[in-house]
Amino acid sequence: MEQFTTLTSVAVPLIRDNIDTDAIIPSREMTSVSKTGLADGLFAGWRYTMIGGRDPDPDFVLNQPAYANARILLGGANFGCGSSREHAAWALAEYGIRAIVAPSFNPIFRGNCVRNGILPIAIDPVPLAAAAQPLTIMLKDQVVVDVAGAVWSFEIDEEAKAMLGGGLDGIDLTLLRRDAIEAFRDADRVARPWAYL
Amino acid sequence: MTTVGRTIFEKIWDRHLVADLGGGTGLVLIDRVLLHERTGGVALESLAAAGRAVNAPTQAFATMDHIVDTLPGRTDRTIMPTGTAFITATRQAAKAAGITLFDLGDARQGIVHVISPEQGIVLPGLTLVCPDSHTCSQGALGALAWGIGSTEAEHALATSTLRVMRPKMMRVTVNGQLAHGATPKDLALHLLARFGSAGAKGHIVEYAGEAVRALDVEGRLTLCNMATEFSAFSAIVAPDETVFDYLRGRPFAPAGDAWDCAVVEWRLLASDEDAAFDAELAIDAGDVRPMVTWGTSPQQAVPLMGQVPPGTSEADARALEYMGLHAGARTLGQPIDAAFIGSCTNGRLSDLRRAAAILRGRHVAPHVRAICVPGSTSVRAAAEAEGLHRVFLDAGFEWREAGCSMCFFAGGESFGSQERVITSTNRNFESRQGPGTRSHLASPETVAASAVAGCIADPTVLESL
Ligand code: SF4
Repeated sequence: MEQFTTLTSVAVPLIRDNIDTDAIIPSREMTSVSKTGLADGLFAGWRYTMIGGRDPDPDFVLNQPAYANARILLGGANFGCGSSREHAAWALAEYGIRAIVAPSFNPIFRGNCVRNGILPIAIDPVPLAAAAQPLTIMLKDQVVVDVAGAVWSFEIDEEAKAMLGGGLDGIDLTLLRRDAIEAFRDADRVARPWAYL
Repeated sequence: MTTVGRTIFEKIWDRHLVADLGGGTGLVLIDRVLLHERTGGVALESLAAAGRAVNAPTQAFATMDHIVDTLPGRTDRTIMPTGTAFITATRQAAKAAGITLFDLGDARQGIVHVISPEQGIVLPGLTLVCPDSHTCSQGALGALAWGIGSTEAEHALATSTLRVMRPKMMRVTVNGQLAHGATPKDLALHLLARFGSAGAKGHIVEYAGEAVRALDVEGRLTLCNMATEFSAFSAIVAPDETVFDYLRGRPFAPAGDAWDCAVVEWRLLASDEDAAFDAELAIDAGDVRPMVTWGTSPQQAVPLMGQVPPGTSEADARALEYMGLHAGARTLGQPIDAAFIGSCTNGRLSDLRRAAAILRGRHVAPHVRAICVPGSTSVRAAAEAEGLHRVFLDAGFEWREAGCSMCFFAGGESFGSQERVITSTNRNFESRQGPGTRSHLASPETVAASAVAGCIADPTVLESL
């Protein structure tokens, strides 16, 4: 996974509280066998003029030219609530979102973001940058800076920081302990031979 | 130093703890990973795409259950337009990863939570995970078995471990004996009605007490199956002679010396007398009546003899409207359009036998579509060996190939909108069995009796006719 160091991008404002995972990716959009092919379904219920259609609704903020390449999303409180489907994080990541700034997150969604290379940043109230002005996020210093020089600092737990900063997913992180795991399995195989096939 | 007793959960957790990761999270050794074609193929493909291998392929298994057709003479083709892709992708990925696949046409194929005990894949004291919420069923064998997400499945496959937030512990003691006519399914629904569908939120539930010990393995599987409807992390029952007798000689169970040494260890798994739980619930089994749900949450259940309760919340009102019922309506006598026997809750041989006992010499009501879907191909074969299929067919039931079938709507076959279905499955959510369907959860006996009566009916009354 791509390492997260410093990110500068316009931030697309989608300031609604309780945006749930079904709004992020409606279940009707989850027909694919794989984790990919979901970006088009991102916010499908809001993004297109018709259910199941693909005609962009010009009023929806993601469709506005100023935000065409936004990699930061500004959200409302309790972002990512609802079903624990990981497709929500997959769809956001595939679309290109690398950071979400919101007053608060659903904990499962937050974990899914971290595992998929998206930095969830809890700041209340969110820094509403002047329209279409970029924000800069520095993970190492745990700060968000806007073009006017205003600075917001944010909290992140060490493990999430290590994963995002190192471009590691959960498997990479665990595999750093591979030797310990294999030693544990070797001893366990002797103690519980019946558990091994 | 005082010694503190441990629960069965703690014994299994301690034994599998590779590292304490802090914050209540442990790196836990995973003994078995099970996959099915709806979520397993995704996990395997994504793992391969990342260039990772399955660490212990001999301890991983895959089956075809969710999307495969259950119509006789089935092939890879499905009614769901994109279904075939899930089947072929899972087949190829399982083959490439070198894991055992119970494919279409394999005598061992079936619903993952039915075949795992059948094949002796789940064993007491093991950790077992599957990207499916009803994995909790398998705690019936004394294993720590729980449902996970797709990325976690990849993690378990690649590393033989999972990062797990340690759950709290709850004991649910069922004292006394189940009355005549009350089944394990009724017990599960009784618990949900009484304590609510958030009643065990985040806990590993140990089912204990005389009535639980008296259940056979299939009954325990039914009880543990609905722990996810109870919002539990999972459920577990202390393994005993009933479990050992069930497992002895199963294909993937240990044999010879390994079996003997396993049983010695399994006997030590029961929670210690002085073990402490974070929460305790107790009920009297004698209070359990045959149950049926009236709403769109499994907790919206009442005794068959009862009435739809006066709604107390907006959710109740919405459920009533969806179900086309009103408060005070009697559940008995509600006309049904369809009856479904099957699923990982109640699709095992004993379920089919008890339903067949009611159907023998009877016929389903003319307007009712009745379907029986054995939980596995070996359940189907065993039922046919006893002639049960004849009973179902003669009674006017369809007799299907094994799978999840219409337990849930995958995008293909379903019951009709606003059709009232009496079903032996575990979820009565809106549109669970197809867009707009109205599902009433009940035991296989109640489903069979209702199919015959053409309306929700009490099997104990039918029995005496
Ligand atoms: S039978 Fe139903 S509940 Fe069980 S695994 Fe299949 S779809 Fe899920």
